[in-house]
Amino acid sequence: MIVDGVAVVIPGDDVDTDVMYPGSYLNVEDPEEMKQYLFDGYDPSLRDRLGPDAVLVTGRNFGLGSSREHVVQALRAWGVPAVVGKSFARIFRRNCVNLGLAIFEAPEAADAARPGSTIRIDTDAGELEVDGRSFPIPPVAELVAQLQAAGGLVPWTKERALDRS
Amino acid sequence: MVRCDVVMANDVSGPIAFRSMEKMGVRRVFDPGRVVMVADHFAPAKDARSAELQRRLKEWSTEQGVTFYDQGRGGIEHTLLCEEGWIQPGSVIAGGDSHTCTYGALGAFGTGLGSTDIAACLALGEFWQAVPSTIRVEFTGEKQRFVTGKDLILAVIGELGVGGATNAVLEFVGDGALALSVDERLAVSNMAVEAGAETGLFPADETTRAYLDGRTDRPWTPERSDPDADFAQTLTIELNRLGPLVALPHLPGNVVPVADATGTKIDQVYIGNCSNGTMTDLRQTAEILRGRKVHPACRAIVVPATQRIYREAMREGLLDVFVEAGASVSTPTCGACFGGHMGVLGAGERAVATTNRNFRGRMGSSDAEVYLANAYVAAAAAVAGEIVHPSEVAA
Repeated sequence: MIVDGVAVVIPGDDVDTDVMYPGSYLNVEDPEEMKQYLFDGYDPSLRDRLGPDAVLVTGRNFGLGSSREHVVQALRAWGVPAVVGKSFARIFRRNCVNLGLAIFEAPEAADAARPGSTIRIDTDAGELEVDGRSFPIPPVAELVAQLQAAGGLVPWTKERALDRS
Repeated sequence: MVRCDVVMANDVSGPIAFRSMEKMGVRRVFDPGRVVMVADHFAPAKDARSAELQRRLKEWSTEQGVTFYDQGRGGIEHTLLCEEGWIQPGSVIAGGDSHTCTYGALGAFGTGLGSTDIAACLALGEFWQAVPSTIRVEFTGEKQRFVTGKDLILAVIGELGVGGATNAVLEFVGDGALALSVDERLAVSNMAVEAGAETGLFPADETTRAYLDGRTDRPWTPERSDPDADFAQTLTIELNRLGPLVALPHLPGNVVPVADATGTKIDQVYIGNCSNGTMTDLRQTAEILRGRKVHPACRAIVVPATQRIYREAMREGLLDVFVEAGASVSTPTCGACFGGHMGVLGAGERAVATTNRNFRGRMGSSDAEVYLANAYVAAAAAVAGEIVHPSEVAA
């Protein structure tokens, strides 16, 4: 997979899922509607920069808190292709893997990125470039790699369910 | 892959999971006897849209033949599932809610997952999971007056930080852990996720056995770390030296002694939620509120976690104590804890809550502040209209 994009930097560490998607909107089911509320409690103007060329760049422990999948569903609905961060909270990372949103724990790369930095990710080559500077992509567990290759947990489970029936 | 003994979801996580399960091409759940749905987040329905979610939760449950707890018959999912005997030591519970780690209180691996994970659990009864490391948390000595399970876990989160236990489980041991009631263990395990942990385990013991007696007849065996286990980290909390704590806005890890927050004016006190809405919490609340009044500048909301607790509190006369003091008593609901309904905060307002999260905007306005504390501290704040040490209100 190759991603070419521009960094949208979410400043700070410990950015929680409540500020990214406030609880009062949890009764929304349509990802197209979820889009409108993304980052509502943090910085709604970030939405103007989201799109198919936006690579989200985050600090440490990004996405802590709730298991709400609305955050990742909304990011996908905006067309965001990848998230690069210093580290991620467990459930947020799982939700990205499960929904087929590419997620990279790459602290040096995340540190190097500035708002608007050019980002190129080549997973086959195992490289992540920020403004032309190359950083390694840390390896992930084999099962996670399989899930990512399948496009997420839905297609992966579909295949397994078929195998069992 | 890890097999699930129980799969649980609610009116927020459930309907999204059902749709994902359909996309997986699976029509029936793996085992209807192991699936539980609970209407608790926006229940009683906040609006037409929430009502629709709860209707679908109910219809889907009926169609699949799984257990469904509707409002008036259940309560807040985590307290409820323990009460109803769904949780045994050594079992694995996949829950569509981050506070599924609460089940660690009974020695079970309960862990929170997103809706797509839950969909796969409903379909095939398993989820992907790496073996976590273990952080050993030893509570030593005896709890002091006005200190509860809430303070023990706040102390742990204060030490580890809000991401300090990522990819790990917490295991609570020591004489201080053994001395805790199940209600207080629930409060401790509930907030393990606030340190980033996958769950927070109390190895099952006689207290666990006594609690489970009459609730479940499924056999179980206690699990604990081997004597020669490697721990990622060991943390000791000396209870003799621990006073009541408060987590300041806007992170559960901003933990200080209550003395460092005294004098903070409070607009609302909220006592309830999946961490601290048990009989133990309600009795502590009543100890403070009995014969006293909620400060005129403050309002107080008490939310028993389940119908069973609600009824027991009624029989004990606790609800009367709360109402007499000028507090609202709510039906069991997740309600305002997550900013849903039934007591959300306005701009500029400050609350003391016995809940588990004080993120910016968590209970309503982004310009509101939430201070997390135990039920004694919360009730004392209601009486004083500001944060005080409970000993200043009651002996």
